[in-house]
Amino acid sequence: MAGLAVTSLSLSHFRSHRSARVAADTRPVAIFGPNGSGKTNLLEALSLLSPGRGLRRATAVEMARLPESIGWKIAATVAGPHGPHEIATWSEGGAARQVAIDDKAATQVALGRILQVLWLVPAMDRLWTEGAEGRRRFLDRMVMSFEPSHAEAVLTYEKAMRERNRLLKDQRRDPAWYAALEAQMARAGAQIQSGRERSLARIARAQEGAGTATFPAADLALSDPEGRPAPEDAGALAEALAAGRRRDLAAGRTLTGPHRADLEATFAAKGIPARACSTGEQKALLLSLVLSNARALAEDTGASPILLLDEVAAHLDADRRRALHAEILALGAQAWMTGTGAELFADLGPRARRLQVSDSAGTSVVTTLDE
Amino acid sequence: MTQGSPEIERLIELMARLPGLGPRSARRAVLQLIRKRGALLVPLAEAMQAVAATAQECVNCGNIGTDSLCGICGNAARATGELCIVEDVADLWAMERAHVFKGRYHVLGGTLSALDSVGPEELRIPRLVERIREESISEVILALNATIDGLTTAHYIAEQIEPLGIRVTSLAQGVPIGGELDYLDEGTITAALRARRAL
Repeated sequence: MAGLAVTSLSLSHFRSHRSARVAADTRPVAIFGPNGSGKTNLLEALSLLSPGRGLRRATAVEMARLPESIGWKIAATVAGPHGPHEIATWSEGGAARQVAIDDKAATQVALGRILQVLWLVPAMDRLWTEGAEGRRRFLDRMVMSFEPSHAEAVLTYEKAMRERNRLLKDQRRDPAWYAALEAQMARAGAQIQSGRERSLARIARAQEGAGTATFPAADLALSDPEGRPAPEDAGALAEALAAGRRRDLAAGRTLTGPHRADLEATFAAKGIPARACSTGEQKALLLSLVLSNARALAEDTGASPILLLDEVAAHLDADRRRALHAEILALGAQAWMTGTGAELFADLGPRARRLQVSDSAGTSVVTTLDE
Repeated sequence: MTQGSPEIERLIELMARLPGLGPRSARRAVLQLIRKRGALLVPLAEAMQAVAATAQECVNCGNIGTDSLCGICGNAARATGELCIVEDVADLWAMERAHVFKGRYHVLGGTLSALDSVGPEELRIPRLVERIREESISEVILALNATIDGLTTAHYIAEQIEPLGIRVTSLAQGVPIGGELDYLDEGTITAALRARRAL
């Protein structure tokens, strides 16, 4: 199956890269080099071709190359079933990042309509054991890959909630103002809830019959920290928000709504919660979910998404690594994978493009080893 | 640079603060004004002086005019019972350019925003409720921007005037005249489809 592919990528003053140009085709890309050479920075740049703050959730200022700190730019050509697109994203003088698609100014949300990018990074290793926020973000990125408009619903909901939280902090008691904000939150919140439910059902279908020892299936469910059932629709959410005003005023923040939901995962074959699984099993579950997401997208859109797998190969034994590579090749996905040594990707041979990243006096140097 | 002419530099600097103008376009505009001193610069200076001396907010609706009551509020023919609510004077002027609405306006002066400390008291909402009673308003048309703050404000106003039992409407959202479907975002297409009507 033909997938989406970044066929050219250029970075200017981005992190450790002063000026880098990479040409690629539809094959997976194996990136290797010593620690600190700038491999993950390449993946971060690719993650910024999708909406949001990228795989490190960094600010535009943090992404600028030091000591110049003059701003940065990423430009890419993306090939896909609907023809090529030129994407550019940049930030100048610490301002919020800008986006242009085919030389026209565009919103970040518009990126999600032409390119799906999924990633797995070491910072996600503790996803199942840390706070619910990371799991919600993981879930919402999954939903956005299926439904780009989910990003708008999340932004609307969060903006209205910030306004409501300010009223709560200021101890305002204006029922009409609360009701006006709750109406916005309820409408967007109901969209968020239904989008999450649809995506979980879609992932469950993509996992059917696909669970293996290397990529185990996970049963996913949404939960509420207080065990309450999710409001059925916008009307029910508006009522729940109105009913919770007194409690929210005491707490100084909104305690009801989809921003409180949690994503629970169970290791299907063993029936134990993901947080109770071994470190290796937790990582395998995450990898399995990312691959299921990719499989579902490939089936739904006819194009596999771009995968960014940071330091994933190093944590798998040789058999599991081969299984991962076979799965990526079967998906036809352009997976950008990092690792410290070339041997981690040896089994791919000419089926992958190889990039070596090295450090030269504080500047990353990217070398293509074969065409 | 104007080679050490502080008066001209000052003019350029002030012009560059205007919306839509940057330092370069301000320099070009000032140069043009100086070249056309009689036809542009002097009449402009006189017009600005006159406006500076007389411009004021209408005490009734918040429009900007040169009398305490603006031309629309002072015109008895505009007392149609319809009242159009807008965020800003620029929106009022945009509506007037269409020459379609024959009623009166009420300029809020912004939208509700708790984060920016703009509450109902900072907007002209209490005055709006008074006007609905005083001017025998039969319909309130909410012409607010389709942003989160605009929608929140519209919802708030609708709730405030609901007990008065008058008709409350809002501007339609959908395909702009001359617009192509291919260029519309999903939200606009959804709104347009929901607001479809029989031909």
